[in-house]
Amino acid sequence: MSTLSFKQITKRFGSLTANDSITLSLGDSEIMALLGENGAGKTTLMNILFGHYVADEGSIEIDGKTLPSGSTEAAIEAGVGMVHQHFTLADNLTVIENIVLGTESLWSWRHDMTAARRKLIGMSEAYSLAIEPDALVADLSVGERQRVEIMKALYRDARILILDEPTAVLTPQETENLFITLRSLTDKGLSVIFISHKLHEILAISDHVAVLRRGKIVGTIKTVDADRNGLAEMMVGKAVTRPRLESMEPGAPILTISGLSAASSDKLPLLKDIDLTIHAHEIIGIAGVAGNGQTALADVLSGLNRQYSGALKLHYKTLTDAGPSEFVARGIGRIPEDRHARGMIGDMDIWENLISEDLRSEQVSKWKTIIRKKAAIERAEHLIDSYDVRCKGPLAQTKLLSGGNIQKLILARALSPNPDFILANQPVRGLDEGAIAYVHEQLFAARKRGAAILLISEDLDELLSLCDRIAVIYQGKLSSALPTSARTVTELGLMMAGQTMQATSESEGQTNSVTRSKGEIHAN
Amino acid sequence: MQIELRDHTSLLRAGMAPITAVFATLVICSALILWAGVPVLEAYALLFKGAFGSAFALKETFTRSIPLMLTGLAVAVAFRSKFYNIGAEGQLYAGALASVYFGTGLIDLPAFIMVPFLLLVGALAGGALLLVPVLLKTKLKVDEVVTTLLLNFVMLLMVSYLIEGPWRDPMAMGWPQTASIVDNGVLPALLAKGRLHAGLIVALLAAILVWAVMRFTVLGYEIKAVGFNAKGAEFSGINVNKTVIYTALISGGLAGIAGVSEVAGLKGYLTLDLSPGFGYTGVAVAMLARLHPLSVVPAALFLSAIYVGADSMSRAVNIPTYIADVLVGVSVLAILVCVMLTQYKIRFRS
Repeated sequence: MSTLSFKQITKRFGSLTANDSITLSLGDSEIMALLGENGAGKTTLMNILFGHYVADEGSIEIDGKTLPSGSTEAAIEAGVGMVHQHFTLADNLTVIENIVLGTESLWSWRHDMTAARRKLIGMSEAYSLAIEPDALVADLSVGERQRVEIMKALYRDARILILDEPTAVLTPQETENLFITLRSLTDKGLSVIFISHKLHEILAISDHVAVLRRGKIVGTIKTVDADRNGLAEMMVGKAVTRPRLESMEPGAPILTISGLSAASSDKLPLLKDIDLTIHAHEIIGIAGVAGNGQTALADVLSGLNRQYSGALKLHYKTLTDAGPSEFVARGIGRIPEDRHARGMIGDMDIWENLISEDLRSEQVSKWKTIIRKKAAIERAEHLIDSYDVRCKGPLAQTKLLSGGNIQKLILARALSPNPDFILANQPVRGLDEGAIAYVHEQLFAARKRGAAILLISEDLDELLSLCDRIAVIYQGKLSSALPTSARTVTELGLMMAGQTMQATSESEGQTNSVTRSKGEIHAN
Repeated sequence: MQIELRDHTSLLRAGMAPITAVFATLVICSALILWAGVPVLEAYALLFKGAFGSAFALKETFTRSIPLMLTGLAVAVAFRSKFYNIGAEGQLYAGALASVYFGTGLIDLPAFIMVPFLLLVGALAGGALLLVPVLLKTKLKVDEVVTTLLLNFVMLLMVSYLIEGPWRDPMAMGWPQTASIVDNGVLPALLAKGRLHAGLIVALLAAILVWAVMRFTVLGYEIKAVGFNAKGAEFSGINVNKTVIYTALISGGLAGIAGVSEVAGLKGYLTLDLSPGFGYTGVAVAMLARLHPLSVVPAALFLSAIYVGADSMSRAVNIPTYIADVLVGVSVLAILVCVMLTQYKIRFRS
């Protein structure tokens, strides 16, 4: 007897079929993983369950009873609880206030928390979820906030918990804790739907996996029978092979950074005396825990921040006082960290976004004034084709595209002029397997043709498989860039936590910068 | 009750939105008219007659729409780049002051140079006035809503001082008004009878020009890009501050031209009641037009018809003219709701 079943659910948006007669069932105490690339229809299906959308065809049953369509209240009533990827908590309220919020009548005179508190503490013990009811949400860590979201759903007597990409914002340790929590919930009889595209997590936590591709269920298998490659192949529809780095001799130096320091607007030092030379045919990785100066370095290298000391040279020519347009004109391709906020202007059309970096060039505008729309649309058609962007055409609005396709547009804009230096800041964050492989292939192709690439990433696996050399950034200081073969995960992890590796530095003859930086840490 | 995004918007629904909005406005405001003790249908018939019922009424409606088109365009351009210029009223008076300064005898040129010259200095004055809030915003991040709004009162007091003092026309029998614009500086009348003047052509040309700039040029692209996503625009290499400054100059310039057109086309001289809030109504015009430069023209005509019609209705049946302001306010709300309903639908739970 299954707790929740989807029966032949179909949902169309215009000509797009987001869900194509989906039939799924979830039993008591089960964790079902819903796996699929971005845009495969996972979120649409959950929105139908939660009453945000009404299915065109099909029905949903919970405990044998048909759920009225299009009603969030009915879904909550039936015991469905949702934990969104982006938390929906009020920072300025306490944990208990957030949990109770929305369950009290707007017109009730009294504001009595005793019953709520009793229930919360009872739940906290029953599910062994440590929670401090009176802590301010603003003071909680990301992992704790997620726990509050889960408690919020449980407080409303959820029997079926839906977690939408729950690990996207968590550190590995927090992910581990979440899995322990989920296990203790299923031990108490709850069922969980776990939406993700991270294969190793799905393999670690779920009982069975349903794979969605282009709105259809392509398979449902028991997790014990699944393996990584098989799932990836089901999800993408073809065998996925992550490209491998060919060994290649580095060429001439392309970008030289010497003595680079930068301060934030409130005079806090962000970058301290950074030296780095990137050669042709070379990918250099910057590892580090988020917030150690990666953004500041990327801002300087993409032309956004001109308030720095030290020198930046492209082909031995200085880049001082150049802004983003000059950077692009002189052969620098930039892939920004936040593809939605910086990379693309969502409300503009695709063709418009593809000309935004060279508006005043001869190909794009006549007398630097009148936009050559026809030429721009031709350019967009060509780029959409050669970078395999899935969209309705150059005139489609950019924000309607999936994350992976938006990233392809950014790659098309940054890489199609064949830049000599490429700054790739978190280029695969939040992308699915197929898109990740695509981005990596493009970076490899650029390396092969002779570009120098700086890759900033928080994912050590990515850096180790992609880079010729890796440097670590910690509190605004950059270690020397050592060949990847000389790096180990443990060593990089320690350096990311601020432990300087004197032995390795000495062997490179770079003791100076490292010991000095150590001194500064103590001074701070 | 739930609000849900529509899958697509049918052309019929989009076309019906303004008509439904007008109808809803009339229904809502009929309560006030009934309260005033006047038969509703008669009042609305009088309003319609006052706005469109005769050649004179039509000419008045068009005349009154001229400043509204220009201030509406001024607001629409600025809002497109998310620069919230609420100061079109002050910029209008700045344009008017410039036209009076240069146009009342300081220089006298042949009409075909003098008229464009006055329009130009008016535009420069309006733009220059807006430069103050714009620099405060780009350099010091001072909120432009506050600065542009407050400058309106500064300008009104400035005009008040000038027309009571140094610029008062000695021939005006003590009335606080400036001397008249020289004959060569006057915007010619368009028709033999009535007050309709060449300002209408200026306003229509301005609408077309602004539309063309927004649609076809690099500057228009940059204004839109900055308005949609300033961070993204900056990353692409668009100079955000420079774009905002250009936008402000265009916006202030258009409002300044409205001032010149009222002085040199309609009144002939400057008084303190030159504008009954055209700058503020411009915000309503721009919102009605959904910031589209060409839609500003019908939006301005619509609001102008309400003002002109309500004037005449209130005289005929003795309702305060404030009914016009209520009608305008309700119609802006009604349009915004109707436009929202073309994109979203409301579902009621059974």
